[in-house]
Order: sequence, then structure tokens, then C-alpha cells
Amino acid sequence: MKDPVLEVSNLKKYFTIGRGQVLKAVDGVSFSIQRGETLGLVGESGCGKTTVGRTLLRLYQPDGGTIRFDGQDVTKAGRSQSKVLTRKMQMVFQDPYASLNPFFTVGEIVSEGLEIHKLCASKREARERVYELLSMVGLSKEHANRFPHEFSGGQRQRVGIARALALDPEFIVCDEAISALDVSIQAQVVNMLMKFQEKLGLTYLFIAHDLSMVRHISDQTAVMYLGTMAEYGPTQEVYSHPAHPYTQGLLSAVPVADPDYERTHQRVPMEGEVTSPVNPKPGCRFCARCTRATDICRRESPALRDLGSGHQAACHNL
Amino acid sequence: MTENTCNMTQEDFARLPQDRSLADAIVRPSVSYWRDVLRRITSDKVAIFSFAVIALITLAAIIAPMFSTGYETTDLLHTNLPPSASHWFGTDSLGRDLWARVWMGARISLLIGLGGAIVPQIIGIFLGGLSGYFGGWVDMLIMRVIDVGVCIPSLVYVTLIMLWLDSGPAAIIIAIAITGWMDSARVVRGRMLQFKNREFVLAARTQGASPLRIIFRHILPNILGQQVVSITSAIPAAIFLEAYLSFIGLGIKSPMTSWGQLCQTGASFYRLYPYQLFIPGVFISVTILAFYLFGNCLRDALDPHLRD
Repeated sequence: MKDPVLEVSNLKKYFTIGRGQVLKAVDGVSFSIQRGETLGLVGESGCGKTTVGRTLLRLYQPDGGTIRFDGQDVTKAGRSQSKVLTRKMQMVFQDPYASLNPFFTVGEIVSEGLEIHKLCASKREARERVYELLSMVGLSKEHANRFPHEFSGGQRQRVGIARALALDPEFIVCDEAISALDVSIQAQVVNMLMKFQEKLGLTYLFIAHDLSMVRHISDQTAVMYLGTMAEYGPTQEVYSHPAHPYTQGLLSAVPVADPDYERTHQRVPMEGEVTSPVNPKPGCRFCARCTRATDICRRESPALRDLGSGHQAACHNL
Repeated sequence: MTENTCNMTQEDFARLPQDRSLADAIVRPSVSYWRDVLRRITSDKVAIFSFAVIALITLAAIIAPMFSTGYETTDLLHTNLPPSASHWFGTDSLGRDLWARVWMGARISLLIGLGGAIVPQIIGIFLGGLSGYFGGWVDMLIMRVIDVGVCIPSLVYVTLIMLWLDSGPAAIIIAIAITGWMDSARVVRGRMLQFKNREFVLAARTQGASPLRIIFRHILPNILGQQVVSITSAIPAAIFLEAYLSFIGLGIKSPMTSWGQLCQTGASFYRLYPYQLFIPGVFISVTILAFYLFGNCLRDALDPHLRD
């Protein structure tokens, strides 16, 4: 049963940074997410993960490609359609300290969306709804009159989740939603997110760089490298049979809590620095660091190739 | 030994009922940002003292002219009298009571100080906010206007406006506003650029907040603290500008008066009648100093990094 909520094809987002230089943050990325599933998007800092998430929510205007949500093209949505879409697509942000306005109480933060979309008939109804949302994320109603600076990182992130849930969304982008938290809190928040997914039928785009966490939460995994999709497929497939040399390098760098394994384990070497996404050269973005790079890698950028059962990788040497 | 000392039975180890709501209860009262600011300001001696000076001068400026002889009443039999019991600050060359004139002048000077600080700030916040948030051609237009505007010396504007509107407090406030909004617009634009990509602003956008809501409800409260401080330091600047304009003969014209104008008149006879210059001079200095000190304390109190 295929029922894609979100279909992204050939998405491009370029930033001009002056003097004719173009930073190709996202350069032709395609993926789709099935209803009720989670797509984990991984990659190193600066590879365009966050830009993808923000472009989906129209915080950035894409420079090419289409984003279809429930079959509707998001990039061409008019004003009234946009308003409906903001209700359906929400975001949980990375930094729990920067994502809450320091001048708002928690109650005001959570109820803002209700107010904007006039989802509650009266102030009292809105207050009840805020209390309900707070208790859903494990906070109590006394917290509603508090200011963000009175909370810990984990509690703040819960407020951020309550804010996203307030609008009854179908799809939530979790932009590194847990990477600023410490490990025990990460587990709590992730389990809470998974519980909501089951209960409310949510679909997630889970942006992260923590590979084991992504494996835990996602049905599909996408690996990005410098604005392009390196590998994409069912999480089990990607983790057990990584095809792209970058994915192999990433996965082999994950430490395993088993000394015997670590002693015999050979790391896939990755040398050099990440090349710049400013005015990139033609060819595979990864070829400067790839041990298997050949001439064709330096000339042509590889397209995603199907490896069976939905597993795709963009490499010439497959 | 265990038999004797340990008289505890099984019942002593009953489980307490677990109450999660109690464990999470917060005992400390919630302190909002502004209440915290108030607390810090009131615990600062310099702030209290400078505020008291400002309040005293303001009160006197409101009340004193009501209970004294008219500031315009001339008495040619009693010209240039030194301070005495009947004329506390003496009289000027036309026999006008300087006590009445100093407090009338205080009204005008404080009015110009407040107006000249607040009016340009409001214009600056509005235009700078739009410019910074929307960017693009709006930003381009406003910034180029400012670039050209700041190149023209402010005395040119002031002189032209004085000629056009006739000299008076309103004309001075307008003149200060026309030159002053540009600086605050630049500052607010910069702050706006700083804030518009903060995550909480992006969060408001994903919630569907309109640009005006974002500017005025989300970003402005974060900027306002700084702007309040710059208002308090703009007040003495405006008072000083008025004094300076009156001193060179461009400001308030007799019989209406202001501190600057009193100084100008007093300066011509200061060897003979020094009190005519020094009394208004001291008032200008003390008021400006009080505003500066209060502004400094306010800046410290508003700084969120100093929260404890």
C-alpha cells in the first residue's frame, strides 16, 4: 500500500553569496515519505539537511523542483492554501534555547498557532487545549505561566513539540530536534515522538546526524552529501548493505560497544576535507574523498541507481 | 546486638504513595522579564538618585510656573537684581523674574527633550523594522534615503525648518525627528536582521504568523530594551541641541523661553551678572547628567546576560 504524503522531486535551493558566487545548498534532491512513516535524513554539517527541511515548510523559496504534499504542489500554493498547509506541516527546531521567544510564556508560545488559525472559539477553550497539549508532552498546567528560561533543555524541547502539535499537523519536520539534548533526554524525547506517531498517525522527516538514533526511529533513510542525495532506501537495507562509499565510511565510523568487534573491524578510510558547495565543479561531489574515484566520477555527476527493493545509491562504481 | 538495636518491624517500611505532581511542583514564583528589570533598577542607588533628580525637576517644571508671577511680566524698576527673598533667582535685564523663567524654560526644554527623543525613535523603529524584515527593494529604498539624508549636515535641515515653521518647540522637535530617525532606523534594521533568522521567528513563520505579527509581537519586544536605553540617552542630546540652537539664536525666541535661551541671554552679561548664566547652565548640566546616569543603569538592568 503506497500512500505518499510528501513527494519531493529534484528540489534545488541556491543561495547567492555575492560576486557571482552561488552556494548550491540543495542540488536536485528527490524523495518521498509514506503516510505514518519516518524518513531519517542524515549527513554531515553543511550538507543541506536543514535547508531541505526549511524549504519543505516554505521558509525558503525553492529554486527548482516540486514539493507535493497530499498531491498538492506546495511551491505554488496561494495565500489561503498556504494557511491550510501551515496547519498540516509543522516543525520542531534544533536549538531548544533559540526556538522559544524569551518574552512569551509557555502558554502563549503553545497557543499562538491556535490564535493565528482561530482554532478555538474562546480564550477558555484555548487555555484548556494548551493544558491538554502540555500534559501530552509530559508537562503540567502550572508550567503554562512560566517563561522559557525557567526550563531545562529537555523541557523546552517538549514545549517546542507541544507547539508543533497544537495545529494538529499531519507531517512534522524534526530538524535535529534531539541533537542539543543529553543522551538520557534524547531517548525520552524520541520515544515520545514515536508514541505520537502511533497515536496521531503523524509522518516525520527526522533530520539528524546521529546514525544510531536514525536507525532506531526511521523506516526509510536518506544520506545526503553536499546538497545531493548519496543513498536512499529502507533503513534496514541501507544499514546492512550500504552501497555508496560515503555511507560505508559513515557507518564504519560508528563505534560499537564490543571490544572484540572493534579490534578486528576495518574502518573504510575517508580522507581530505569536504569540498565547498560554492560553485561546485561538475562530477560526483564525493570524488575528492573517494578511494574508488575514476575518471567518470570527475566528469559526470552520478544519478540515483536502483539496487532493488527501493534501495538507491548515486555512484558510478556499483 | 541486632536484636537490641533494631526494633523496626515490617510495617515501618511501608511505601509512600507516589505523587508525581508534587515532585514537579515549582516553589519559586515566576518572575517575568520586566519585573526582573524593575527589581534590578530599584536596587541600584545611582538609578534611584538620578531618577529622583529627574522627577524633582519635572515636577517643579509642572508646578512652579503655576505659583509664581508671569514669566513674561516685565518690571523695568527692578532689572538685573541678584537673587533675593522676593526674586529667588534674581531678575533679568527687563526685570522679569528668573525663577518663573527658569521653570517655564524647564517645561520647554524637557518637552523638547522627550519629544525629540521619542518621535524620531518611533519613526526609526517603524521604518527600520520594515526595512530589516522585508529586505529587497523596501530595504534598498529606505537605506538609500538614509545614505543621502545623513550626508547633509543637520544644521541645514534645522535652519530650513525653522524658517519654514517659525521657531518654537514643535519646529525643533520636527527638526530633530527629521535628522534623528535615520540613526535609530539603522540600528533597528541591524537588530532586525539579527533576529529575523532566529529559530523562534522561523517557528512563528511555520505557525503561519503574518509579517506584521512577527515584527511587532515577536521581534520588537526583544529589541525594545535597547531602544529604551537609546531614548534615555537621546533626551539629553535633544535638550542640548535645543540649548545650542537657542544659544546661536535659532531656537526659542523671547518672550517664550528655554534653558538654552536663558543661557544665551545670560552669556551677554555674565561678567556683571553671572547668576543669569550659571543658574540655567547648572540646570541643563544636572538634568543631562541625570538622564545619562539613568540611561546607563537602565542599560545594565535590561541586559539579559546579567540576569541572576
